[in-house]
Amino acid sequence: MRTDTDIKIPFTHRQAAHCESGVASNLFSHYGLTLSEPLAFGIGSGLFFGYFPFVRLNNLPLTTFRTSNGRIIGKVASRLNVKIKWEKFRNPQSAMAALDRKLDQQTPVGCRTGAYWLTYFPRRYRFHFNMHNLIAYGRRNGDYLISDPVFPDPVTCPEEDLRKARFAHGPLAPKGKMYYVTSVPAVIDLNSAIVTGIKAVCNVMTRAPVRLIGVKGIRYLAGKVAHWPRKLGEEKAALNLGQLIRMQEEIGTGGAGFRFLYAAFLQESAAILDDNRLLVLSHKMTEIGDRWRDFALIGSRICKNRASQTETYPALADILRDCSLQEEMLFKELRAVVS
Amino acid sequence: MQKKDVPQDVGLNKGLTEITYAVDEDGSYVQVPSLGWEPKNIANQQAWGLIRKEITLAIEQIRAGERSPIAYHMARNLMTVGLLASYAGVSRWRVRRHLKPAGFSRLDRSMLERYANVFGISPDALQKIPDDLEASFDED
Repeated sequence: MRTDTDIKIPFTHRQAAHCESGVASNLFSHYGLTLSEPLAFGIGSGLFFGYFPFVRLNNLPLTTFRTSNGRIIGKVASRLNVKIKWEKFRNPQSAMAALDRKLDQQTPVGCRTGAYWLTYFPRRYRFHFNMHNLIAYGRRNGDYLISDPVFPDPVTCPEEDLRKARFAHGPLAPKGKMYYVTSVPAVIDLNSAIVTGIKAVCNVMTRAPVRLIGVKGIRYLAGKVAHWPRKLGEEKAALNLGQLIRMQEEIGTGGAGFRFLYAAFLQESAAILDDNRLLVLSHKMTEIGDRWRDFALIGSRICKNRASQTETYPALADILRDCSLQEEMLFKELRAVVS
Repeated sequence: MQKKDVPQDVGLNKGLTEITYAVDEDGSYVQVPSLGWEPKNIANQQAWGLIRKEITLAIEQIRAGERSPIAYHMARNLMTVGLLASYAGVSRWRVRRHLKPAGFSRLDRSMLERYANVFGISPDALQKIPDDLEASFDED
């Protein structure tokens, strides 16, 4: 049964670029394991590339620059030996009751939600997108106190909104999924966690056995982009391109499809592992991120019919091929540094 | 990206800042709040332009007697037949039938309530469609 007493767990909210690495960073820091967002992202091997034309989002092919939902938190936790309990529910009442029980025990709870139902978002960001993470840390007058990492300050959310968001329908439905920390080790081995996290990203980016993933995926997408106008017509090509830009730059990426966030991680790792080579690679990653930004900039001009003569789909494809090549070299060097 | 180059192009996020990572004068990465970036705003406008078009089309078709008011609310809530069917707990082919005026007129109170609940409106509001997509749609 739902209790109506107010509760507020002393929780430090820090804004982050990405929801999942932000949740991991804030949640672990609550238990004294201070972890910056870039570290959470890097140890959790958040960086990715995948072009999945058979998955449709708003009727357009899905391109993703991050790993699937829940993996970052899961990986960071296992690599740092933090125990997390995951729960999933069949019906909304028991899901909300379980959340209330944990809050009563002073435990902040991470929830997976569909952003469409979260009315504290500006409407422009409310799509049927089921991969948004947030932390509930209290209750006041029937509303929930929410630390949503992509917002500058904590927000409040009506019970009904949160319930709907936790049981959003559609692809990758969250099914009320929630998670909380059950134990934190006294000492952590940050160095080996960083190394493991880096190796995993190197593997997936350069050794994936399918051509839709990693640097091969970027190259494959380049081949497709070049022919979009001819195959799909100008209008549909522009829509495909617009969606690609949104996946790369929309709220929650930190810019350039997480490439800047990863560069920040490499820089922090260089200090922790005391290895200057990582600093050099961090700079290279920044340059690659800037190339991705060029892609978005020129792409958006094409979408708006403001492109110059040289700004064409084949030119965009060339930028993607360049990104692919640069990233391939970077991840090979990176693997050499950590192995 | 350099800290000084972090774009501050106010657009659809209406002054809400988001975090980007950029390099400061010393070459260190820092979190920099950004108000938005024009390419992103363009891509976002494009997506909403498409939604707006779908809603307007639905209104026209309803007035022409080709579709039922559910078509408007479905488009307004960015839903497809599949997603609406899932939320309402109704099979797709029944949703398709209810999207036609004849199918809609035969709906009983409980079915109307079911659809109304999905859209977060009253069953009476479900029957109504605006004359024109309100100007406020583009504003908030």
